[in-house]
Amino acid sequence: MLQQEYTITVYTENQIGLLNRIAIIFSRRKINVESLNTSPSEIDSVHRFNIVITETEEVVRKLCRQIEKQVDVLKAYYNNNEEIVWQELALYKVSTDVIATEVKVERLLSQYGARVVVIRKDYTVFSVTGHREETDRLIQVLEPYGLIEFVRSARVAIIKSSEGFHRKLTQFEYREPASDVVENEFLNQQEKVFSM
Amino acid sequence: MSSITQPLQETSPETQAEVMISGAEATMRCLIAEGVETIFGYPGGAIMPIYDALFHHQHEVNHILVRHEQGAIHAAQGYARASGRTGVVFATSGPGATNLVTGLADAMIDSTPLVCITGQVFAHLLGTDAFQETDVMNITTPITKWNYQVTEAHEIPVVLAKAFYLAGSGRPGPVLIDITKNAQIQAFSFPAYEKCKHIRSYRPKPVIRPEYIKEAAKLIDQAERPLVIFGQGVILGKAEKEFDTFLEKSGLPAAWTILGMSAIPTDHPNAVGMLGMHGNYGPNLLTNECDVLIAVGMRFDDRVTGRLDKYAKQAKIIHLDIDPSEIDKNVKTTVPVWGDCKETLPMLTDAIQRKSYPDWLKKFKECLEQEESKVIRKELNPSQEILTMGEVINILNSLTGGNAILVTDVGQHQMVTCRYAKFQDSRSNITSGGLGTMGFALPAAIGAKYGAPHREVVAIIGDGGFQMTMQELGTIMQFKPKIKIIILNNNFLGMVRQWQELFHENRYSFVDISSPDYVQVAQGYGIRARSVSERKDLEPALKEMMGSEGTYLLEVQVGKENNVFPMVPQGRGVAEVVLCKEDLL
Ligand SMILES: Cc1ncc(C[n+]2csc(CCOP(=O)(O)OP(=O)(O)O)c2C)c(N)n1
Repeated sequence: MLQQEYTITVYTENQIGLLNRIAIIFSRRKINVESLNTSPSEIDSVHRFNIVITETEEVVRKLCRQIEKQVDVLKAYYNNNEEIVWQELALYKVSTDVIATEVKVERLLSQYGARVVVIRKDYTVFSVTGHREETDRLIQVLEPYGLIEFVRSARVAIIKSSEGFHRKLTQFEYREPASDVVENEFLNQQEKVFSM
Repeated sequence: MSSITQPLQETSPETQAEVMISGAEATMRCLIAEGVETIFGYPGGAIMPIYDALFHHQHEVNHILVRHEQGAIHAAQGYARASGRTGVVFATSGPGATNLVTGLADAMIDSTPLVCITGQVFAHLLGTDAFQETDVMNITTPITKWNYQVTEAHEIPVVLAKAFYLAGSGRPGPVLIDITKNAQIQAFSFPAYEKCKHIRSYRPKPVIRPEYIKEAAKLIDQAERPLVIFGQGVILGKAEKEFDTFLEKSGLPAAWTILGMSAIPTDHPNAVGMLGMHGNYGPNLLTNECDVLIAVGMRFDDRVTGRLDKYAKQAKIIHLDIDPSEIDKNVKTTVPVWGDCKETLPMLTDAIQRKSYPDWLKKFKECLEQEESKVIRKELNPSQEILTMGEVINILNSLTGGNAILVTDVGQHQMVTCRYAKFQDSRSNITSGGLGTMGFALPAAIGAKYGAPHREVVAIIGDGGFQMTMQELGTIMQFKPKIKIIILNNNFLGMVRQWQELFHENRYSFVDISSPDYVQVAQGYGIRARSVSERKDLEPALKEMMGSEGTYLLEVQVGKENNVFPMVPQGRGVAEVVLCKEDLL
């Protein structure tokens, strides 16, 4: 099976220690986490993790089951890059003097989608939001002029086909979970799986 | 002045139901409300308020003071495994808590329900390297089903209710609750205790899909050479009856994993023996000849499967498990039956046809005959002078009638016991399966006796493993649980020696272990003891042991360099199981 980039989306309770519980599921298996973001979700009390790894689908599916097994985890989904809309944010700090004299700032803004976040006498901070290639491109442009600081955020992703977690959550709140709380990929492949 | 564990003040007469009590007192009340009768523990600075509260409740709960916290947690495991209830442990912060680590890992991998309560330094000292402060939360995260640090007294009732619910429901496991000292001391208004019955992010049982039951039944009905392999799930699910009914109607041969053992009587008409590295010849060999493999409450551990790419490749696989993450984890399933086997087994029984497989069962018989002639006979009725472990178990069987709980440690004696023991009742085989923890047996046997006081408990331990936790003889001396202890002394770390002989060309690297005079050691603790090395003394000694009133320790000197066979050598397929050293190539 082919390795590719997967984004895992985890809906959880907001519990101290849960970040560690989830992180060690990867480190125990020596799987490198390329990016990890935790944030609120569309629901007030529910937290949302975005985790990016490069692995085969089989490995990712097993990881999601291990994640879902954790008591404070509501649900874990995994998606490849076609199935999500995603962004990363990068900040670039450069010397204002150099920038002002040597770079066509307007070109930066138009061609690379950069925004100016601050301009001070001594430095200027640009930001770019986008995919990895887009944030990388500006590094290349700015590097010759002395990039003082660079930082890029974790990936945040929205699942294209998701209808959000509101309906799911009400199912979780039932004493007896509704039958579709447990997804089952086997059932959808009935023919393939059950033929002798 | 009233002690902190006494009610500090009554609130106004109208709301008398709610009283101000300390977190420590609340902890005790919660445990009592959960029906806890026995606690295994060891006190220390950070848990002193809870011990002070325990002082006031010592007539309602039995506290067993062990000699090392590892002993406490293994005892709680033995208690849980024998009784089916949740074991409870107390330990202090720092070294007390870290001494629980081995037992937590053991309980985690063997799905044993435990609630461990550890004291912790004052909340304002967390992270300051305070005296006996250890980050027990992060140390225990990978080896607990759930853990939580309480820093405020009012959290205690809700958190403990959750702890017991989580430990015992679904796939059971250990839960650790770390309570800072300030939370133990703090007074709060204690509400009426409410048991936890639902946590929204936690689904103890997956929903059963009748479609799968139908598909599974179809596969079973079409099969010509089906084989059932079952694990502890049958016992944990309290589904022994349902499983028996399923076997009776289906006519399927059934083999157990080491932890599944005793879920059905060892002489059950469908029983074909034990799976695994030192399991029986037939079930290992024929795993690779069956056409449908029905796995019930087991997790395809590598000691059971051997090399995965040579494991049951010809078979369709039906897997019944309560834990969705087990399906497809190691072995690709054809039909997954997610759910509690107490519910899924009867559904499956209803859906299948009544059948029998005389020709297929004959194959298991033939394998057993081979195993008997090449291995079993000389182990149970040896011709040489020196005693074998097998003959000890064989005589023990006749004395217990298969009614005792046998608690084993880890090594050759464990494999030999599980190979030859006879059991009539469920929850009779208590051993450290997944983690293979030497030192488990003695404290676990103590705990098992508290879990099943009316049953005979016999611990069977190697000379190496006994020396790992033999300080628990002190616990026996003080609290007098009546257990029987057999040390099978081969003067070696036998199992490792066997591997060195077979796979490292006889290079015995530090497996030669000497022993103290066990009889004198036991007598030092006021425990009756005897040592035998000759056949003529063996049966009388075992009889004397079983007939004695209190605890009794029997050392049996057995052959130094005996090997356990059959064996599926590491890295080989189950069908490459060998019956003797000469076949190993
Ligand atoms: C705590 C621990 N340390 C090491 C081992 C590795 N180990 C497995 S079996 C064994 C030998 C056990 O010797 P003994 O207790 O004398 O039992 P025997 O095999 O001789 O019956 C060892 C060292 C282990 N399982 N557990």
